[in-house]
Amino acid sequence: MSNKIAIALLVCIGVVVLLAISELPLYGSPDTPAQNYVAERYIEGALSDTGALNMVAAIVIDYRAYDTLIETTVLFTAIIAVFLVLKKGTDRKGEHK
Amino acid sequence: MTDFVLKRMVALVLPFVQMLGFYVIFHGHLSPGGSFSGGIITGLSLIAFSLVFGLERGQEKVSERMMSLVESFGALWYGAMGLVGVLRGTTFLMNKGAGVPLGEPGKLYSGGLILLITLGVGLKVASTVVTLFVALMEEEE
Amino acid sequence: MGELWSRVLQNYPYVFALALFAIGIYTILTHSNLFKKVIGINIMEGSTYILFIAAGNVRGGVAPILDMGDPGLVYVHPLPQALMLTGIVVSVSVTALSLALITKLYRFYGTVDAKEIMKIRSEVRANAGRD
Repeated sequence: MSNKIAIALLVCIGVVVLLAISELPLYGSPDTPAQNYVAERYIEGALSDTGALNMVAAIVIDYRAYDTLIETTVLFTAIIAVFLVLKKGTDRKGEHK
Repeated sequence: MTDFVLKRMVALVLPFVQMLGFYVIFHGHLSPGGSFSGGIITGLSLIAFSLVFGLERGQEKVSERMMSLVESFGALWYGAMGLVGVLRGTTFLMNKGAGVPLGEPGKLYSGGLILLITLGVGLKVASTVVTLFVALMEEEE
Repeated sequence: MGELWSRVLQNYPYVFALALFAIGIYTILTHSNLFKKVIGINIMEGSTYILFIAAGNVRGGVAPILDMGDPGLVYVHPLPQALMLTGIVVSVSVTALSLALITKLYRFYGTVDAKEIMKIRSEVRANAGRD
């Protein structure tokens, strides 16, 4: 029963999103709004700005270095949260929690 | 697991997997890949060792304390590389503007601080993957 | 109708992304096993990667690794790929945290089934009300 409700819901969502997909700019065409001066700037300026051939590495480590710095903090937070949930420690009096 | 074939095959393959991981980390600015993919390959080689030879022997090779040290080193190394820009009189995490020599494009040393930062982040990602695996695998006391 | 259909067919990577997203939502909605819900979340994340990378594609473009020997190459947009690298890391963190929480739930309730956990909780509450 719940399967049928889920499928009906998904068909409704799917029809709406398919209509939206038909209105999107054509896949792979060079004049989509995504291919604007930003892409041009990265592709032409990456080598002279950073000296790296890999533009993705240039963006991740140089242009958006703050993003990656905080991203390492995300990994750190994930480890702290997993340890908080799973590890059993002792408090200051030596009692197990 | 006590399968002889599995153990010998893993012992044969793992050094090359680790070398591939460090290759991907060191050539992150020249070829596809980078700190995250290379770090995950290196971490997965350690995870495969723990899976085949048992968690205790894996812990002997890379102890939890060492993993936490490597992890803190990765994060602090990133901050230290950012301070290079501050010491040269520009803003935090500045690369070319801080006067770091960019090197010749296409060579291993190129891109200024990118290579060094990638090394730190790659080590951090490897230790993160291993630490998460060990935390999820450990038996309840 | 025909023109609309042909536009949908030309945008086929977005249709793949939609299909993956629907599979992920279906997995989350219809399975009460918590591990399967986590798998569904990961499938949905994969669909967003496909959507972003497809939106940055150019027909005939090559991967954004600069080739200094051939200046006439067309490169795809490098920015969505960098953003998705961030997304993958966040997804790994989220998956690890949810797996840890499921492990904790299993130790507490002895099951990973969401419906069973609800049943146990409601029984405990009913017993507490009776006392």
